[in-house]
Amino acid sequence: MIELEGVGHRIDGAEILTDVTTRLPKGALTALIGPNGAGKSTLLSLIARLAPLGQGQIRVDGLDVARTPSRQLALKMAVLGQETAVGSRLRVHELVGFGRWPHHQGRRTPADAAAVEEAIAVFDLGPLADRFLDELSGGQRQRAFLAMTFAQGTDWLLLDEPLNNLDMAHARALLSRLNDLVRAGGRSVVVVMHDVNYAAAWADHILALKDGRIAAEGPPAEVLTTPILHRLYGIEMEVAEHRGRPLVLHHA
Amino acid sequence: MDRSLRWLVPICLVAAGLYLFWGLRAANWAFVLELRATRLAALTVVGASVGVATVLFQTVSTNRILTPSIMGFDALYVLMQTAGVAFLGISGFAALPGGPKFLLETAGLVAAALLLFGTLLGRGAQDLPRMILTGVIFGILFRSAAGFVGRLLDPNAYAVVQQASFATFSQVEPGLLPWAGLLALSAMGFALALAPRLDVLALGRRTSVPLGLAHDRLALLTLGLVAVLVASATALVGPIGFFGLIVASLAHALTERARHAALLPAAALSAVALLVGGQFLFERLLHLEGTLSIVVELAGGLFFLWLLMKGRIR
Repeated sequence: MIELEGVGHRIDGAEILTDVTTRLPKGALTALIGPNGAGKSTLLSLIARLAPLGQGQIRVDGLDVARTPSRQLALKMAVLGQETAVGSRLRVHELVGFGRWPHHQGRRTPADAAAVEEAIAVFDLGPLADRFLDELSGGQRQRAFLAMTFAQGTDWLLLDEPLNNLDMAHARALLSRLNDLVRAGGRSVVVVMHDVNYAAAWADHILALKDGRIAAEGPPAEVLTTPILHRLYGIEMEVAEHRGRPLVLHHA
Repeated sequence: MDRSLRWLVPICLVAAGLYLFWGLRAANWAFVLELRATRLAALTVVGASVGVATVLFQTVSTNRILTPSIMGFDALYVLMQTAGVAFLGISGFAALPGGPKFLLETAGLVAAALLLFGTLLGRGAQDLPRMILTGVIFGILFRSAAGFVGRLLDPNAYAVVQQASFATFSQVEPGLLPWAGLLALSAMGFALALAPRLDVLALGRRTSVPLGLAHDRLALLTLGLVAVLVASATALVGPIGFFGLIVASLAHALTERARHAALLPAAALSAVALLVGGQFLFERLLHLEGTLSIVVELAGGLFFLWLLMKGRIR
């Protein structure tokens, strides 16, 4: 469980997050939704210790993010940021190999090699394993980074808009993989996403932010309703039902 | 071991052998050999320092076009020299013992580099264009400030300063060699010991922090090492602009994998091969002393333009 208590964040005096207190359930796929500038990515980077925590407290499975050694947290949660510029010219399998860094700290073992193989297989990267990252398309790069995050072998996966560069087929494949990780692998996944219908179809829990505050939280059927969506995005949307889950019709 | 190192080592040895023994006459061989050995040692320290410093800097800034020199590290060193002459006078400046003065200047450069580039690379690190611009502007500022202070000096004092502000491979400061050599060697050894962590650092802050790397601390430490290496090289021969860019790109092109355990030695060795080989060519074969720095600048400048045109800057 990730517990947030009174989390606040300011950048140059502007309030990005205000008094966010909530719990993200373990063993579930949580979708973080909200309009642009709602503070979704900021919240994720605070949990990921990418930005120093100004106010409040964040605990991941009981570990205080501000106090726990970074390496210990790296064995607990893996994080994939939005823009990933890499300085060196790496092959896909080398990048995925870095996911094992928290485990081996430079001295690789056969177990690390096996985990890398598995991650490459899980994300269908076999044919691309020896290609350089700068020879890949945006979506393929994205998958390589996801494989690295997966290879880290942590209980928690935090992904900031992983669907951005993916076409429909790959987006669905990714969500179905994440779903497998949660169902079969017992992992917990937090995903920042924009398309509410992906959240509707795959998420177990939704946390909706607006203007740096929690606007709504709960299972998809409770959060994805016409009044809440209107409050979030400021436009009228119809919510239908499709195979027992909400389907948001936002095409006017 | 990386394949590139297997043939870079012999090339360096051949270049060093040629430099030492070519045209050695029986008459005063001992004297000449000692002179050449000193210069060879200085060229080696300078080359290796510049090569390693550039690779380290590019790793910290996660890009392949910036070098400490473009960001004004060596200009800052020259500025400190000029300021020293201006405040203490030639005799006062020259009276300072070489070694401790060098250590003091190095410490000053490390402090300034951490302060300036540490904040640049710190939280706003991901904003590369802003960092390049700020760095370039600092470089120009330091150069012009050094020039300005130089203008205030009397001509004799200015001559001392001028010698420090251009690269001269044929004249090295023999007195500084042990100090600079020892300092540079320990900095390089330290960098090599950090190699696996530097591999992770090169992934950038957003990727390396979640992997549990103490990114900010390592970035500052690496910048400190860069400052020490630049100070050593600049103290021995003066600032050498684009040379680092050539060598770092060579190292990245020659090594099979982007691992610092191979990259750092490859950069050091190709720099030594280029410097020693180039100096042998220009000084002994073509008898054009003092031209190497110009050729290096020209080649490096053209290479920089080529990188720009190819859009290799990310």
